[in-house]
Amino acid sequence: MKITRSSFLTLGLGAAAGLVFGTAPRSASAKEWKVIRVATEGAFPPYNMHAPDGRLIGFEPELLQELSARMNIKCEMIAQAWDGMIAGLTDGKYDAIMDAVSITPKRQEVIAFSTPYAAAPSGLAIMKDGAIKSLPGTGTRIQLADEAATKAAVEEMAKPLAGKTIGVQVATIQNDFLTKYLKDVVTIRTYSSGPDTFLDLKSGRVDAVMASAINLNASAKKSNGEMIASGFVFAGGLLGQGSAVGLRKGDPELKELFDKALKSVAEDGTLKRLALKWFEIDITPAL
Amino acid sequence: MGEAFTLLGFGPEGWGHALLTAGLTTLAVSACAFACGLVLGTLCAWAKIAGPPVLRRAADIYGVVLRGIPDLLVIYLFYFGGRQIVTAIANQFGHTGPVEISGFVAGSLAIGLISGAAQAEVLRGAFHAIPPGTLEAARVTGMRRWTMFRRIIAPQALRTALPGLGNQWQSVIKESALVSVTGLVETLRAVSVAANSTELPFLFFLAGGAIYLAITTVSGLVFRIAEWRAMRGQPAMRVGG
Amino acid sequence: MDLAFIAEVFPKLLAGLPLTLSLAVLSLSGGAILALLLSGLRASSWLGAQFANFYVYIFRGTPLLIQIFLIYYGLAQFPALRHSLLWPLLREPYVCAVLALMLNDAAYTSEILRGGLRAVSSGAIEAAKVAGMSRPTMLRRIVLPLAFRQALPAYGAEVTSMVKATSLASVVTLMEVTGLARAEVSQSYRAIEVFLCAAVIYLVLVTVITRLVHWLEARLSTHRSPALDRSPA
Repeated sequence: MKITRSSFLTLGLGAAAGLVFGTAPRSASAKEWKVIRVATEGAFPPYNMHAPDGRLIGFEPELLQELSARMNIKCEMIAQAWDGMIAGLTDGKYDAIMDAVSITPKRQEVIAFSTPYAAAPSGLAIMKDGAIKSLPGTGTRIQLADEAATKAAVEEMAKPLAGKTIGVQVATIQNDFLTKYLKDVVTIRTYSSGPDTFLDLKSGRVDAVMASAINLNASAKKSNGEMIASGFVFAGGLLGQGSAVGLRKGDPELKELFDKALKSVAEDGTLKRLALKWFEIDITPAL
Repeated sequence: MGEAFTLLGFGPEGWGHALLTAGLTTLAVSACAFACGLVLGTLCAWAKIAGPPVLRRAADIYGVVLRGIPDLLVIYLFYFGGRQIVTAIANQFGHTGPVEISGFVAGSLAIGLISGAAQAEVLRGAFHAIPPGTLEAARVTGMRRWTMFRRIIAPQALRTALPGLGNQWQSVIKESALVSVTGLVETLRAVSVAANSTELPFLFFLAGGAIYLAITTVSGLVFRIAEWRAMRGQPAMRVGG
Repeated sequence: MDLAFIAEVFPKLLAGLPLTLSLAVLSLSGGAILALLLSGLRASSWLGAQFANFYVYIFRGTPLLIQIFLIYYGLAQFPALRHSLLWPLLREPYVCAVLALMLNDAAYTSEILRGGLRAVSSGAIEAAKVAGMSRPTMLRRIVLPLAFRQALPAYGAEVTSMVKATSLASVVTLMEVTGLARAEVSQSYRAIEVFLCAAVIYLVLVTVITRLVHWLEARLSTHRSPALDRSPA
């Protein structure tokens, strides 16, 4: 590389071009939605994940396709890290999020939600040959609204969990659950991504993982029986009222469009078909 | 071993294609970031050498701040706060409404900003290594400032700055791995996704390391050749980078 | 900008400072020892030099983040390692983070040390030899102090860059300043204020270290004999 006047200028021009082409003007105007960007994690199987060729696949990408057709809005799905996803929505980086985000009062202070499209309970997974052999209450679902039953179930679970480490994804409803009910009994270790919790469960760095039961079952199935879902599963209360599309509070028209499209996919059985395809059980919420 | 080849290959079960694209994204982010850094670095070096006191002070503060904050935080700040800044700038130039800033742009700008602080030091050092006689000669022949910069200062300074700039380029490539935290699918993000999906972290992080090593090694050679060519016809002179 | 919120976040982040500092101190001391060993290896034999060069090439040619991931998640993939005596150590995120930072620091520090050693003049070594110093004494009293003084500015930069690098430990669940900041962002959804607070903490820390290094440089310079600076008559 001989440094001449022209190559010196080219460098500068290249940098300027990089700046200009990188920032396209916003595609959707405030009121008339033609194209929107929807953030997902691409790391929360089977809700959303990456295929080897880099495509986003799973329940939510397929559901979004259906919704997109019904809303007559072009939806572009983009992968984002979970920590900061809600901040990115309010900041306007994208217009919606679909990442198995549960509706909770705390989140409702910051963002709006569509009607829910999936409602899965939360539970724990352990390793078959790990430090915890089994947890009580497998197969029983506890509603957090029932305080007496919750207290009894938590006390029963606390015995085998005492002194153990539980991995959980940061800023999730499961993290809130552990903090509220088991903080004094166990060590909670938070991860920025879900799959990392399962890697550390397998290697024995944590003794149990708490996550959405659907997510647990998918990982357990992949592990050839080494990892099992065990113990009570919990729903309701601070665990939210099901997963929904997260939207900005300032976009009520968009929420209306999503609600209408979700109603339509629920009514004609599309939602159920997709749930059975990806989750193998029907977890569509009663609308 | 066979399984590893399948997984890293280009077949339907292989992640080869994803990794290749990601490697190219790493190169693209690094190139944009380096170019931003060069522009910023040049401006700052100028401000420090010949700028008015206000700009000199600003350039100094910029250097101190950027060298004092972890790269990861600079990227986060740019990713979350960059949109407001870019929108404000765009509105100054007559553009109305907000401007999107993607992970790619935020990452390139953030790393460019980090690298700019370091490149300014490299370029300033290179300027001071210019024999003062050549500047005097240029002034005596009545060259204008811009002509002098283009024909006397830039060619000489860039030649001396090459080793230092080469180091900066290597740093930029390594820093680009941090952009993965924004969700941009560059090399590190791609291997993380593959590692999680296949539950073979060792294989894929090793492959990721190999991609970075290949990029740093090849570009290191390119810079070495460029240095050697730039030094032709020059008296033997070593400048530490 | 919401000052009340910042006042609330700041102490929360400061709680991570001891972890940040302990990561930095441990990895810097470990890295320095390893770097000395690498320099020794380089001087010992051709093979040793090749190994040292290869080590530096690998660790300087790849991002620190990937080194951390490789050590934390990568090594845990092997059942043999998980059943070995090392596992109780490698099981801990803290140990993995320190190990990665230390190995990385050693590569950079050994290069800085190499530059410093190269700058020790042959005259000083000859004088020591003539004075009848043994090799270890010469190393301790002449070579290393001179090399250290020479390498101090570069090493100071390495120290600050290591302090900043500890922020990467947050990716393996460690709750140092950046880890706490990331957790706070995902709880409060207010990224800019939180990350700015964290940035200020690092900025102050790095500024203090830079001042210390400058002070040390100035102090060590005054110990130089003025005779050395005098031009030959």
